[in-house]
Amino acid sequence: MNAMTMIELGIAIIILIGTIVGFLSAIGFLRLPDVYNRAHALSKSATLGVLCVLVGTFLVFLFVEGYFSIKLFLGIFFVFLTSPVSSHVICRAAYRSHVSLAEISVRDDLKEAIIENNKETEDM
Amino acid sequence: MAIQVLANLLIGLLWVFFQDDWSVLTFFSGYLFGLLVIFILRRFLPTKFYLFNLHAMIKLLFLFIVEIVVSSFVVIGIIIRPKMNIKPGIFSMETTLKGDIEVTLLALLITLTPGSVVVEISQDNKIFYIHTMDIPDLSNSVLQSKDRFENAIKKVTR
Repeated sequence: MNAMTMIELGIAIIILIGTIVGFLSAIGFLRLPDVYNRAHALSKSATLGVLCVLVGTFLVFLFVEGYFSIKLFLGIFFVFLTSPVSSHVICRAAYRSHVSLAEISVRDDLKEAIIENNKETEDM
Repeated sequence: MAIQVLANLLIGLLWVFFQDDWSVLTFFSGYLFGLLVIFILRRFLPTKFYLFNLHAMIKLLFLFIVEIVVSSFVVIGIIIRPKMNIKPGIFSMETTLKGDIEVTLLALLITLTPGSVVVEISQDNKIFYIHTMDIPDLSNSVLQSKDRFENAIKKVTR
């Protein structure tokens, strides 16, 4: 087995891991009870899956084609930067539009804080 | 600090215009030239020269990558458990960081730690409201790693 086959095998394994992680996060999306828990599955596992696939593609271009792809590099950077922000914004919008937490939830500190905040603004 | 990076990018872009050669390599050499200009002018700038923080920045980036990998596997572990006995909920956490950039970075890092998403930040930027998948275990791990994150962020921004 020469060096090139080894590199290709490694890249294939990275992309396979990315696919499996993406698949598992899709299962989590179906199994978890409410929008907040589903955001966990999407914000982390899906990000890792997409990152693995992109890194694998980047390595294919670098080693097999011998070409440093700036676009893929930018793609990795932006996926990494935007996925936590989007999950935060989705959760916040859901809470603001009164989507209730799942039945099994045990604690909600934010509810009291929002009630107090509303009182203060009414007083002023 | 953001102004310095922006000025540096602008110098790099100007360099591409002057050379009339639209390639990444030209932009890169222009960027290096811009670094030199900003380094010479550092006495007249209100904040520290931003490359002095490079080491801390790389450490922070490394922390980000480690956190995302670890948290993905924790979340996947919860997902593939045959009987899903989780106790989700929202808890509050206070922070000592000040300013928009520091609070944003901490919120990003917390969102990347296992099973926690920042839902809301109070008006005065002091209290985070964090949703976790499993209150007893994961809220403790967030509170423990909070100090580590705050120190790493302070090294970059101060």
